[in-house]
Formats: sequence, C-alpha cells, structure tokens
Amino acid sequence: MTDPTQDAGAAADPIEIVPPSAVADVRSPLSDGEWHRLHPLTPVLRGGLFLVVVIGIVIANLRDRLIELFLPSEVDVDLSGPEGDAIDFVFANNLILWALLAVLGVLLIVVGLFYLSWRFHTLRITGDDVEVRSGVLFRSHRRAPLDRVQGVNLTRPMVARLLGTAKLEVVGAGMDANVKLEYLSTANAEAVRSDILRLASGRRLAEAQAAEAGGMPRARAAVGVVGAGLAGLIEGVDADADEPASVVHIPPARLVASHLLSSSTIWLILLIVALVVGSIVGTPWVLFTLIPTLIGFGTYWFRSITKSLRYSIAPTPAGVRLTFGLFTTITEVLPPGRVHAIEIHQPILWRRFGWWAIRVNRLSGRAAADTQSLLNSDMVLPVGTRDDVERVLRLLIPELSEPQWDEVATHGMFGPMRGEADVADPYTTTPSRARWLRPLSWRRNGFLLDPDALLLRHGVLRRALVILPLARLQSVRVSQGPVDRAVGVAGITGHTVDGLVSGALGVVDRTAVYDVWQATARGMVAAAAADRSHRWDAEADA
Amino acid sequence: MTNSPDQTSPASDSPTTTDLDAAGSPTDAALDDGTFTELIEPRSDKRLPIDGRWHQISPKYVTVQVISTGAVLVLVIAAALVLALVLHQAWVWIPAGIAVVIMVWTLAILPRQARSIGYRLRDDDLVFRRGILWQRIVAVPYGRMQLVDITHGPLDRGFGIAQLKLVTAAAATGVTIPGLSQQAAESLRDTLIAVAETRRTGL
Repeated sequence: MTDPTQDAGAAADPIEIVPPSAVADVRSPLSDGEWHRLHPLTPVLRGGLFLVVVIGIVIANLRDRLIELFLPSEVDVDLSGPEGDAIDFVFANNLILWALLAVLGVLLIVVGLFYLSWRFHTLRITGDDVEVRSGVLFRSHRRAPLDRVQGVNLTRPMVARLLGTAKLEVVGAGMDANVKLEYLSTANAEAVRSDILRLASGRRLAEAQAAEAGGMPRARAAVGVVGAGLAGLIEGVDADADEPASVVHIPPARLVASHLLSSSTIWLILLIVALVVGSIVGTPWVLFTLIPTLIGFGTYWFRSITKSLRYSIAPTPAGVRLTFGLFTTITEVLPPGRVHAIEIHQPILWRRFGWWAIRVNRLSGRAAADTQSLLNSDMVLPVGTRDDVERVLRLLIPELSEPQWDEVATHGMFGPMRGEADVADPYTTTPSRARWLRPLSWRRNGFLLDPDALLLRHGVLRRALVILPLARLQSVRVSQGPVDRAVGVAGITGHTVDGLVSGALGVVDRTAVYDVWQATARGMVAAAAADRSHRWDAEADA
Repeated sequence: MTNSPDQTSPASDSPTTTDLDAAGSPTDAALDDGTFTELIEPRSDKRLPIDGRWHQISPKYVTVQVISTGAVLVLVIAAALVLALVLHQAWVWIPAGIAVVIMVWTLAILPRQARSIGYRLRDDDLVFRRGILWQRIVAVPYGRMQLVDITHGPLDRGFGIAQLKLVTAAAATGVTIPGLSQQAAESLRDTLIAVAETRRTGL
C-alpha cells in the first residue's frame, strides 16, 4: 500500500514541503499530527478511585474519634487502648504541626506523581496511525495503524460525564490491542473519534483531491498549520455533525419486560421450585438460600437493564454508531466490514410478543482480564420487532438485497413455512432419517449458502439464525462423528473471531454438507479478494 | 492484491490439476519424502468423501508419541506402585487405573490415527483432515493466515520431525500438522508464507 498521506500532501501542494506525518485537513486540534496531552482533569479522574479508597480507610480508622468530636457527651468511647493511639501520641507530644506537614507532603507527592504521569502521557494522530506515549520511569509507546482499526468506543462514566470528559478507546485486532485515550473533553473526544474513523476510511485522499479541484489547496494548507479549529468553517457543515437519528426506538417498558422474560428467568423459576421442593422434602433451612439468589438475580437484571437503556443505533459515514447505557454511556462506532458473525435469536418467552435480539461477533481488542462493559459488547439490538431487525440488519449489511432479506426473514427467522405449497424452503435441512437426532427442530435445522454469506438456521424453542459473511470467515470445517456416520449426516462449522455467536450446525445430509463446505471454501476466497472494507471509503470516493 | 476473484474457478476442487504443489515440483518432493503413503478412512461408505492427492506425515511421529506417552505411562505406574506398596495407599489405584487405561487406549489407536492425518495444498486454501471415528476436515484460505509456527521438542529433534501450526484470527481454526520432517515443515512454511503474501486480505 502506498502512503496516502504523502500522496495527499503532494497532491494538495507540490511546492511546499509538508511534513510527512501531518494530516492535510483536520477537524480536531488533537489530530494534526503533533503530540498532545490529555485532558487536565485526567489525573483527578484516574486517581479519583485511589483517593476515595485512602479517604475511606482514614475515615474508618478515625470513626470513633469523629463520633466523639461531634457527640462528646452522648457516647462514651474508650480511646486509651492497650497499645495507645497514634493521634493521642501526636497530641501528647505537640507534634500537630509536623503531622500536618507530613500529610501535606504526602498529598503533594501524590498530586505531583499524577501530574507527572499526565505530563508524560501524550498522544499523536497522524494520517497512518494513532500513537500514545506514557510512563515516567517505564516509558511505553504504542502505535496502532489506522487501516486495522476495528472500531472506536466512547465511554462516559457517570463522574466523567459530570466533568464533561470521556474515554476514547481505539479498538484494534488482537488481545489487549486497544489504544486508550483517557480522558478527553467530550467535544474533543467526539472530534478525535470522527477524525480517526475518517482517516481510517481512506476518505481523506478523495477529499484532498476534491479540494485541489476546487482550487484552494494553499488556503487549506495554511489553515492546517494555523489551527484546525478554523478548518470546519472552510469545510462547511460536517458530514456527521448533525446527529443522525436512531433507526430503532425501544420503549423502556419493552426493554424491562424482555429482560424479565429472558431465559435466565426460567432458570430462576426452576431454582425456586427446586428449593421449595427441597425445603419440603428436606430441611426448611434450604429456603434461606433463596435470599442471596434473588439478590443476585436482582443485581443482574438491574445491571443489564441499565446498560441497555438509552439504546440507539444510527448510520454515520464512518460506520454504524451504537449508543447505550444509563449511567455509563458507551458510544461505539462499528465501521463496515468489522462484523464477523451475526445472530438473530428469539428466546421462547419472547415469541408471543414477536421480539428478537441481534448479537454479533467482532474483535473487541480487550485484554481477557478487562471485563469492563463486556456485558453488552456483543449486543447490537437488545430487543426489537421484526421491523427493527430489518432496519438494524440493513445497517450491518448494507448490500442486503430484497430476495436475501426474504431468505433471512421469511425463511430464516420464521421458517420453515409449512402449509404453503407454493413457498419452497430454500434451506437444506436435516433429512428425515436423522429426525431422531433433532426431534423438535429437524424441519428447521438447516443451512443456506449465499454468494456472500453462509446462513445457519436452527432451534425451535430458541429460534436462531446465524449469518456468517464469507469475507470475514477465517476457516470452515466439516466433521462427522460415529453416530452421524451411521445415519449418513455431518456437521459444518464456520470459524470466526471469538465471540458468543457460534457458527456450528449439525446433522445435515453428508453429501450436501460436503458440497456446501467446498462451495464455502471457494466463496471465502472470492469474497475476500473482492473485499475492500479495510479502507472502506477510499475506492467509493476516489 | 494480485489475485482476482475469477481465479477461483469452480474447477479448483478437481483433484490433480489446480493444486499448488503440482506432482513432481520440488515442494512436492520435500513434502512426500518418507511419509505414510496411504490415508486411512472410516470403513462405512457414509463417511465424508476424500478426493484429491493428500500429503501425509512421517511414521516417526508414531515413534515419538509412543516414547513420550510410554514414558508418562511408566512414570504413572511407578508412582502408583510406590504409593500403594510403600505407603499403603490403596485408593491410588483408582486415578492411576483411569490414567493407565486412557494412555493404553491412546497408544493402541495411535498408529491408525497418525495415518488418518493429511493435508492438501489447493490453489487457494490449505485443507487439513484428521480422525477416523471423528472425521474432521478444515479448509483455511491462505489469505487468512496470520502466522505459521514451527515447534519441535527435544524428542522431535532427535527424530528430525517438527509440528507446524497455522494461526488465523479465529482461535477455533486449530490446524496443527504434527510429524512433519524438518525439511517438509520448513518447505511448507516457506510455501505458505509466500502464498499468503500474495493473497493477503484484511481480517
């Protein structure tokens, strides 16, 4: 790949020497190819937890003394413990001044350390990558190439939101491959996010060429040097400055109901029944385990519901933008071609309401230990009707055609269509000789290979349809165990990046599976060769 | 990107003509030097079909596995004997017995299992198969490979064999070809990397 920055610079102004790392046109003052510091409140926010813990320990230790201070007569506390008290010692020896000085010194050192770490924590966004330098003694320097960016997450925890700051996370592929920018002011974070996504999309190249055609390259270069804040005036209204409206609206009541009707509720009921039976048959003391169980379920529901509230999904030029979370608001932008598997599913209790949920497999780039916001990291649609599913799916797969949507919805989500002779089921399903291996779902259990995706449909109690885009599939396996062989069936598994969506389907006719395996392997190569989504905008605009 | 989608014609799974390692090429000679010559398949005719020309692994793999599993087996038996006879711990026979049965069974099926391992270098992907009772066939397009790993332990080195592992972005791919001769492993790695370079795609 040629260096697009240099191309852009050369195209914009062949005479002036533009530094190779400088970005030709930027919207945010942070992404002009120079080193910048993070938000000045960063040390407070990052050190906030530490200070709270310290203060908590101090207060816990001085509790008795504080009570005595404010309620001297009512509570009689014996402060002269057998080994004495440090504060008594200080008072007794007239060391108050020294003690205060020591506390002040420690505070200064702590503040100084946070300040130092903030001073040394710098970031730089160039045309090709995002870089972060941090650490005072142990310096670290992380550089992430933009054409491998899997998405950009904007997280705003409660406290940070009050202070007008946000965390930005540039998602890379691989374990612990994310670049974290904590914290930026909200406006800056939004601008940096759109800049990163725009640079990653390769659209800048096209924009630079358009500017040349417009006959104002010198002005643009000057603006780039003077201050990017003015660039917006010249560029006019940003493409994504006006917030695109969410295409799906979930009523809070439906969200709460969908969580209460989830399959975990069935387990809770079964558990309660088991406990009641246990208390009748055995000892009634078993009933007391009910309380922690209910508390556990309550917190689980509370957490998952508050995380899904304020959900919105909208298309932006840089990809699909997902927002959710009541207290900690997370905004994620999922560029096109970063979704590795999609599952549309419906727990049994949702069926009579016609609700569906969508989750995806994608690279989250988080370390395994980083469990923060893992709860919803795969959720794209927490609950929605058939129309919501269609809208979300059209965002995730823009090239979805009308016959394909029919394959997904009519046959995939609700199929097979029984009793309608003129509608043939396009899916290849379990042969009737293997019916006993899928006693309930044998009519539904099947696959369909499209030119650009492998569709796996299974489950009657919990209906599910898995869509595996061939351009993202990593490998494909066909397998057959002894029971399968006796019946003449086999299973197929599409391997994607790790996630909750499984690309496995069992018990379909052996020859059909083998043929679709061959065809999938061929389709994967063809789809990958035709795929341009790692610089998704470069071709369309150039 | 040098290859075009039309390169993957429907003919690419016809056995002999489109394989990357045409019969008689230097790669081919290196891969087939001193390996098993016949792939073992399940007897039932309802098995998954196997077409085309497959490369197999070296018989030395069986020797290495027998030695290493046998050594563990001897250790387990010795430890159990010591515990049971010297320290009079009779319960030790339960875990030791389970472990011994599993290991003896592993040793018994090992020679046949090793003959069922095979791989094919097709035009656009590598196909790996293994297993008789549980047949598994995986196709990995060359462009999806993230890296190729060659490992060999001390025993492997003594017998001149190595294990080659393909890593893609999916952990489940799990293609590990054991028992390649050193020469075959290196030649295969170089071929794979050269091919992957020309067919590189995004994730």
